[in-house]
Amino acid sequence: MNFVRNSVIPVGTVLIGILALWYVFTVILNAPFERDQAARANTTISTSELIANTMRQERPVLPAPHQVAAEIRKTVFDISPTSKRSLVYHGWVTLSSTLLGFGLGTLLGILLAIAIVHSRTLDKSLMPWIITSQTVPILAIAPMIIVVLNAVNITGLLPKAMISTYLSFFPVAVGMVKGLRSPEIMYLDLMRTYNASKAQVFWKLRWPASMPYLFTSMKIAVAISLVGAIVGELPTGAVAGIGARLLAGSYYGQTVQIWAALIVAALMAAVLVSLIGLIATFVNRRMGARA
Amino acid sequence: MSVVTLRPKAKPMPQAAKTVIDVKDLSLVFETNDGPVNALSNINLSVDGGEFVSFIGPSGCGKTTLLRVIADLEQPTSGSISVNGMTPSEARQKRAYGYVFQAAALYPWRTIGGNISLPLEVMGVPKAERKDRIARNLELVNLSGFEKKFPWQLSGGMQQRASIARALSFDPHLLLMDEPFGALDEIVRDHLNEELLKLWAKTQKTVVFVTHSIPEAVFLSTKIVVMSPRPGRIHEVIDCNLGSERTLDIRESPEFLEIAHRVREGLRHGHSYDQAHL
Ligand SMILES: Nc1ncnc2c1ncn2[C@@H]1O[C@H](COP(=O)(O)OP(=O)(O)O)[C@@H](O)[C@H]1O
Ligand SMILES: [Mg+2]
Repeated sequence: MNFVRNSVIPVGTVLIGILALWYVFTVILNAPFERDQAARANTTISTSELIANTMRQERPVLPAPHQVAAEIRKTVFDISPTSKRSLVYHGWVTLSSTLLGFGLGTLLGILLAIAIVHSRTLDKSLMPWIITSQTVPILAIAPMIIVVLNAVNITGLLPKAMISTYLSFFPVAVGMVKGLRSPEIMYLDLMRTYNASKAQVFWKLRWPASMPYLFTSMKIAVAISLVGAIVGELPTGAVAGIGARLLAGSYYGQTVQIWAALIVAALMAAVLVSLIGLIATFVNRRMGARA
Repeated sequence: MSVVTLRPKAKPMPQAAKTVIDVKDLSLVFETNDGPVNALSNINLSVDGGEFVSFIGPSGCGKTTLLRVIADLEQPTSGSISVNGMTPSEARQKRAYGYVFQAAALYPWRTIGGNISLPLEVMGVPKAERKDRIARNLELVNLSGFEKKFPWQLSGGMQQRASIARALSFDPHLLLMDEPFGALDEIVRDHLNEELLKLWAKTQKTVVFVTHSIPEAVFLSTKIVVMSPRPGRIHEVIDCNLGSERTLDIRESPEFLEIAHRVREGLRHGHSYDQAHL
C-alpha cells in the first residue's frame, strides 16, 4: 500500500533513529550519577550493570523512553480520567483552551485579513501593529494577561485561551491576507465584467481562492495555540493542564513526569495538525484538486 | 492613416443598422515608470449590431486595450465611446457583453457546469433556470456530458469552449473575445473557428474579436480592423463579406485570398509607417 511506503516506513525509520539516540543519551547523561553512587558506596560497578541502572533511576537527568512510556501508560490508561494525576484530565484542560483560543484566533485572523484586503487605510494602519504584536515575547505577556483578567474576575479557560488567540491570529491573518489577494487579475476582471458586488467577489472568488492559504496557516496556528495554552498554565500556579504538569514536575524533579507531559503535548500537536491536514485534503477534493 | 469605410452591399444579418459600439477620437495613455505609453491614439470605429469585427495587428498595437476600453476594464484618456448608446460603465452594469479572455480563466475549484453557472449566480438567476442554461450552453459549444468535470480534466480547446459557453450563458448581445484561440494548435483552432462562425450565425450576436492570425480574421469577420503600433492606432478598416454559410474550404477561394492579401498589405504598410517614425 502507498500509505505504508510513503508514510509508515520513512516516519518509522526516523522514529527508530530518535529512540536509539535517546537511549544513548540516557546512558551518557545518567551514568555520572550511577558512578557517584558506586563511588560513595565504595563498590565497583560493571558496565552492563551501569547501563541497566541508568535506565531505571527514579529521577534521571534524562529518563529512558520506556520509563516515559510506562509513565504515560499509567497516567493515561490506568488512572481514572477524573483524577488530578491523570494525564487525560490535564490533557483535556490544555486541549480545551487550545481549541477555544485557536478558534477565536482563526476567526480574528480571518476578520483582520478581510478588513485589510478591502481597505487600503487598514492595510497601512493595521499591518504594522499586527507584526509588532508578535515581536513582544509571549512569556512576558502571558502573566500580564492572566493577572489582569483574573483581576476583573475572568478566570479559568478564557484567560489561557486569550494567549492562544494572541499567538494564533497572526499566522492566519498574514496567510489570509495573501490568500485573499491571490486571485489573478483576469479572475477579478471577469467578476467586473459581470458587475459583481464586493461581497460576491469575496464569496465566489477571494474566499475559495484563499482556502489553501487558510489551511496552511491554520496548521501553524493550532500548534502555536497549544504552546500558548501551556504557557498560559504556568502563571496560574500550576493548577491544571499540561503546563501545570511540567511546572509541578520541575518543582519536584520529576523528570519522568515532565517528559511524559512533553510527549503527550507533542502527540496532541501532531494529532491536531494532522486533523487539519485531513480537513484540508477533504476540502481540496471537493474543490476539484487533482487526486 | 487611410480609413476605408466601404459599406457592405448586402448585410447577411437581418438585425443590422443599429450601432452597437461607437468610438470617436479615443486615446489612451498608460503612465508607466518608464514614461507614458500611447496605447491607443485617435481611434474612430463603429460596430453595427450583428457584425463580426476583428482587430488584427502586431503585439503591442493596442488590440487588447481597445477591447478592454469597450468592456470598461480600462478608462480612455480622451475621446468618447458608447456601447449600446451608453457609456461603457453603464453598459457593463447592464451586463451588455460577455468577455472571453485569452486564457480560459475558468475557476479551478468549480466544475465546468459551476463555471458556466458563475455569471448566472452573480446575476441572481434562479437555480432551476441556471440548470437549464448550463445544459443549453454546454450543448452549444459541444461539451454536453462534461458538466461535472473540473477544468484540469479538459484539454485547452475544451476549456476555451467552456469559457465561451460561460460568456454566452447570460445571453449578452455583444461578445468580446481577446485572442480566444491564440494558445491552441492550428487544427483545434480551425475547428473552433468553424464552430464559432456557426454559433454567430445561429445567435446573431455582435462579436468583437482580437486575433493576430490573418486567415482567422478573414474567415470569421464581416469587418477587419487593421491596427499598427507605437502609437496604437487603426491603420485601415477592411470590409469582408464572404457570406454566412462559410466552411473552411472558402480559404482556398480567390475572394478569400484577395482579402487576406489586402490585410497583409495593410499590416505591412502599418509596420513600415512605424519604422519610418523610428
Ligand atoms: N496596464 C498597462 N500598463 C501599462 N502599459 C500597458 C498596460 N496594458 C498595456 N500596456 C501597453 O500598451 C500597449 C498596448 O498593449 P495591448 O493592448 O496589450 O496590445 P496587444 O493586445 O495589441 O498586443 C503595449 O505597449 C503595452 O505594453
Ligand atoms: Mg493582447
